[in-house]
Amino acid sequence: MTILEIKNLAVSVGGSQILNDVSLTIKSGEVHAVMGPNGAGKSTLSAALMGKPGYVVTGGSVKLDGVDVLALPTWQRATAGLHLIMQYPTEIPGVMLQDAMSAALDARKRDTTNLRSLIATEATRISFDTELVDRAVNVDFSGGEKKRNETVQLAVLQPKIAILDELDSGLDIDALRDCAQRVEDATREMNLGVLVITHYSRLFEQLKPDFVHILTNGRIVKSAGPELADELEVTGYSAYSN
Amino acid sequence: MSTLALPTVDEEIWRYSRIGELDLGSFKLGKLSTKVDALSDAKQIVSSTSKVAARTSTDIFEELNGQHAQLTAIATAKNQVVAEPIVITHFLDESGVVAYSRLVVDANENSEVTIVERFVSSANAKSLVVPVVDIRASQSARVTYVAINELGAATWQIGYQQAVGQRDSTMQMFTVALGGDYARMRAEVRLEGQGASAQQVALYFADENQMHDFRTLQDHAAPRTHSNLLFKGAVKDTAKSVYTGLIRIRENATKSEAFQTNRNLTLSNGAWAESVPNLEIETNDVKCSHASTVGPIDEEQRFYLESRGIQPEIAERLVVLGFFDEVLNRLPALPFIAGLRELVSAKLLGAKS
Repeated sequence: MTILEIKNLAVSVGGSQILNDVSLTIKSGEVHAVMGPNGAGKSTLSAALMGKPGYVVTGGSVKLDGVDVLALPTWQRATAGLHLIMQYPTEIPGVMLQDAMSAALDARKRDTTNLRSLIATEATRISFDTELVDRAVNVDFSGGEKKRNETVQLAVLQPKIAILDELDSGLDIDALRDCAQRVEDATREMNLGVLVITHYSRLFEQLKPDFVHILTNGRIVKSAGPELADELEVTGYSAYSN
Repeated sequence: MSTLALPTVDEEIWRYSRIGELDLGSFKLGKLSTKVDALSDAKQIVSSTSKVAARTSTDIFEELNGQHAQLTAIATAKNQVVAEPIVITHFLDESGVVAYSRLVVDANENSEVTIVERFVSSANAKSLVVPVVDIRASQSARVTYVAINELGAATWQIGYQQAVGQRDSTMQMFTVALGGDYARMRAEVRLEGQGASAQQVALYFADENQMHDFRTLQDHAAPRTHSNLLFKGAVKDTAKSVYTGLIRIRENATKSEAFQTNRNLTLSNGAWAESVPNLEIETNDVKCSHASTVGPIDEEQRFYLESRGIQPEIAERLVVLGFFDEVLNRLPALPFIAGLRELVSAKLLGAKS
């Protein structure tokens, strides 16, 4: 059982305070959705958790099974068990998925002997064109291919907690369904804990949240069960702003 | 000796160079040991005694090369296709010498040949090599030339390449520069016949106190000619690099296309790279573009790989090798090409090459 504990997290970017007070506790197998309007600080939360340069933690703590995540460099946060699926996955010219995954497994001291077939299996499972495995990571991929590629990596690396930053942006319905379903399966197969950051509830058809949190103005203003997502579909975020 | 004076950095073509540090008079004439590897039928077209046409010198180094050079001449017959590459390796072990090499390639009509020229010196050979390369591709000839600088860290190079293409000829000019103290190359292609095309592709990577210096020219002197240049470099530690490139489209070179791209990675705060692209177009109805960048590894790329759990130094190595693979993947398939990738990798890890 893994626990990610975010307590009173405050983050500034370029001198402006974006997150003021975010507390969340995510356990293995749980799916937590953080929903909020544009500008609420959703992507800042995911970037700060992963240690992206430019995101300055000004208060609070983040612990993964008691380990101070904020004291670790990005790569050690990943090897400790955090994984970020980016909203806009970066193109890495000249670097093949196979080589990146091989280096990532090496860092975890995991065997890479069957990496190629592992990638192929995971790619096939979510209909990711296996020919793309031999191309540079994300270069000239469509939006859907990028998210499928991100999801393959998650399945290969087998993190403890996944952070999905707007998985549903920039991709078609089919890709969204395949990726969301794969993450949902991982919550059962690998006991993956998930923090899914999103604007809309459409990916909840496959990836079922256990908890829904509303983030506005850098604060969690309400936490409840999955019924809160249904309510938001009707009322929108305006009731929670200001 | 020459009547010409040493150039100075006041001349545009020597700007940013380290020519001011050179004491040419302190070097005595030295000799490269040269080895030619080729299949027996290809060996017959290689000679070191042929009379080759005199060369117009632009400066003292070319002039001295004309007086002292050790010649390698390669001439293909009409329609001859040389299947395997001809590999020329020059080696220099001595300090305190200047050595001149000259390679002349005459590719006759519709012939095809690939030549690789490697320059190697021992690590402490404090000497100067002055290579001059002349390539002449006749009508429809196809020439691939690869220059590889694996010189030791104390050796200087001041080099010249000129490739001239006639009608419908194709020339591919590759350069891989990893070695040398100050290593310079003036690389020029001149398209003289209609429909001639040339590609210039280079990889250069300097570390510690090395400096790589490239001056390129894509000279279009006939209609419907095509040139494409891709130079990719990296500098590490306190190394320096200079790229200056000119595309010249002459008045008669209508419907020509010329592209020039120079990309540089600065891998350390103390490293320095300069990139100066230039266009000189004397006619309309042409397609030209140039792009140049100098900067550190993209922060987003670095973060992406680190977010997968990859250590920063490994992430950097992946990105830089990926950056150079665009060049390495285009080189002719030869056993030592894989070794070049290893050399790049070793330099990234800070090991002495």
